[in-house]
Amino acid sequence: MFVARTPIRRTGQAALLFLSVLLLLGAGDSGARFNDLGHRMMCVCGCKQILLECNHVGCAYSDRMRGELLASLDRGDSDDLTLQAFVQKYGTTVIAAPTNKGFDRVAWIMPFVALALGFVALVVIVRAWKNRPVPALADGVRPLRGPELERFRDQAQKETQL
Amino acid sequence: MPQVGSYALLLALALSGYSFLAGLIGLARGGPGSERMVETARRAGIAAFASVLLAAAILVLAAFQDNFSLAYIFHHSNRDLPAPYKFAVLWSGQEGSLLFWSLLLASYGLVLRLRHKTDPRLFAYASAIIAAVQVFFLLLLNFAAHPFAIVQGSLPQDGNGLNPLLQYPEMVIHPPMLYLGYVGFTVPFAFALGALVMRYPGEKWIQITRRWTMVTWGFLTCGVFLGAHWAYSVLGWGGYWGWDPVENASLMPWLTGTAFLHSVMMQEKRGMLKMWNMWLIFATFGLSIFGTFLTRSGVISSVHAFAQSSIGNWFITFLAVIFAVCVLFFVKNRSHLQSEHKLEALVSRESSFLFNNLLFLMACFTVLWGTLFPILSEWVQGTKVTVGPPFFNNVAIPVALLLLLLTAVGPLLAWRKTSLESLKRNFLWPSIGALAVGVVMIVFGVRPWKEVGYFFSLMAAVLATLVTLTVVSEFVRGGRVIARHSGQNLFASMVHLWHRNTRRYGGYIVHFGVAVVVIGILGTPFNKEAEKEMGFGDQMTLGPYTLVCQSYTQEDNPNYSNEWAIINVFRGGKQVTTMYPERRFYKASQQTQTMPRIYPSIKEDLFLVRDLYLVYEGINQDTGRPIIKAHLNPLVPWIWTGLLIMIFGTVTALIPNAASVRVPAPARAEAAPVGAGD
Repeated sequence: MFVARTPIRRTGQAALLFLSVLLLLGAGDSGARFNDLGHRMMCVCGCKQILLECNHVGCAYSDRMRGELLASLDRGDSDDLTLQAFVQKYGTTVIAAPTNKGFDRVAWIMPFVALALGFVALVVIVRAWKNRPVPALADGVRPLRGPELERFRDQAQKETQL
Repeated sequence: MPQVGSYALLLALALSGYSFLAGLIGLARGGPGSERMVETARRAGIAAFASVLLAAAILVLAAFQDNFSLAYIFHHSNRDLPAPYKFAVLWSGQEGSLLFWSLLLASYGLVLRLRHKTDPRLFAYASAIIAAVQVFFLLLLNFAAHPFAIVQGSLPQDGNGLNPLLQYPEMVIHPPMLYLGYVGFTVPFAFALGALVMRYPGEKWIQITRRWTMVTWGFLTCGVFLGAHWAYSVLGWGGYWGWDPVENASLMPWLTGTAFLHSVMMQEKRGMLKMWNMWLIFATFGLSIFGTFLTRSGVISSVHAFAQSSIGNWFITFLAVIFAVCVLFFVKNRSHLQSEHKLEALVSRESSFLFNNLLFLMACFTVLWGTLFPILSEWVQGTKVTVGPPFFNNVAIPVALLLLLLTAVGPLLAWRKTSLESLKRNFLWPSIGALAVGVVMIVFGVRPWKEVGYFFSLMAAVLATLVTLTVVSEFVRGGRVIARHSGQNLFASMVHLWHRNTRRYGGYIVHFGVAVVVIGILGTPFNKEAEKEMGFGDQMTLGPYTLVCQSYTQEDNPNYSNEWAIINVFRGGKQVTTMYPERRFYKASQQTQTMPRIYPSIKEDLFLVRDLYLVYEGINQDTGRPIIKAHLNPLVPWIWTGLLIMIFGTVTALIPNAASVRVPAPARAEAAPVGAGD
């Protein structure tokens, strides 16, 4: 069945094609896993630096650890297995960030929970402020004059000045 | 002389104690006689400055005289240490840095006490509170970390030398700047607490406090960035920010201080957020002290912690006392801090400040949480964990991006209420420009779906462009209105505009500086590196550069011996520079230190400038040839440029406004958005 080619459909197809081309441009990188895993671990020499960034002169650990990482990748070990092997050998502090298991998960969740709670609290406060009742004006409100008017003028100027 | 220094510290303690107690009693008693007492308290505070200055001068003199009978000088100096670093000995160790802190606090106190006529009663309260803080540091110096302690046993011939990491020109500037920032927050804290205690009428105190806070914030900003630059130039790992506990400790008060500088405008303009501002400044001061506790107590280890000891309990006690005093007076006098106005619309400058504050506090919480989580983990599950850059990059960066969005949006919102029409008018072109930058980045190969780092970079570039364009549009819009009425050209009108409200437009310049810093940071995922053992004539290629080892050699001087390579750098077949990466061995401390060399490609790349960063890693013992590591770090120089812009903006914001110029014609309705206030 013939379907009319509307400009919207054509634009959508062109966008899809453009996106596909861009996606295909992102080809794989052979050293990416080494780089990724090397940046997920710390050097254990005491320099407090990421494994691949340790330039500690005469470091007794980083070269050896990099070699072990390469060997693990050559063996075809998975990321999890590689990291686990490092934890067994060097302890839990070799991993550069808390894992996604057990109590470690709290480290990741808490900032976002705090942000969400803060956001909700702020919305509640803003709405409460906004809905705060304005005192009703009494009958026979007198017009402002003299220093009182000047005070309001000053405030208006302060709030709207350049 | 050391005895004189010890007595000077004791005298300073006595004077500060008197300044605090006499000030407190005089203010509490009231009446005509009390004024004289308050005045003696003020003078005692000034005299305490002289005493602390004397003590600090004696310690520096001892460093210059190589007086190794003093344990502090023995541990942190040596005979062949160059003169500028002998000056830096003052803040290179625990005792000296506490003395330096005390000196800076006394200096701030001196300025405050000399300016007491601005508001004698408020300044008297602030003076007493500063004296109380001074008493704490002088107690530490006299009884827990004495800088004039004498070496036991025979007199040493030479000292252990200064930590090699500190032997870099920037270390003569960075710690003073950082400390001026940390210590400076005592002054706004003292004004805030003083105003709360005395139930200060009106908002004048907040104007006085804001100015002090801006100065302090400027120093802390300089300190934080200089620290980053020092790390980049000295640590030799090719980066400038490692989310180290010491770095985090400096960032936390900066974040809350920045939040305060924004929310304080709500109080000044609309009489709102009084309680919030009070607690923000309390928190900022508390975090300054807490940061010092973190880095001095040894609770958390850090590559930057040059001094650790068991003074943690003193700091914990002090923090508890501060908190108790703040809570006490807040509960007692909180009725004085009621808001004068209500929020009138959700889309308004007021609500943008609220969200801005929420994000700043969340950023601060994230940094604090990540810094303390290793301790919490050990306490809860008995195992230590590392919370390093991968955590902070994934958690703090999204918050930072939201803040950047608000930096762009906030200034364009009007006080009280913003109409949809004005939002459209103000945001259309900046948004189109920002999105265009995003599309260009994708076309030129940035794949945000490939790696989270690229996604953050793309978002940062789009938002930094949005900030820049909104700042430019604010200047241009305001400038056009003035140009129309005054007949000046647009540039002169924009300068005129800035003169009329230096604080507002100075603030915009700071926002632009932040955008430039962000542009510098977003290059990180595109960093490249290579490492090679390089003999004579050996080559290494990195990006567009070819590095050729011309030679390598070694030298010796009294302070250190060094090995260094001469690397010729070629680009497109043409030599662009020669670099000399170096490794030093400091004799006194028996420590080794790399000295990276950095070449920013300003001439070749201009806006897309990148740093070629070379590190002499050492010598291969088998071949005798040096190992050179090269990093190519795109856009990093923008970070330091951004800092300069931020400093410029801060300084201009501190300049008083010029008198308002009357425009001859009545203002038209379309000119209204220009006068939207800060």
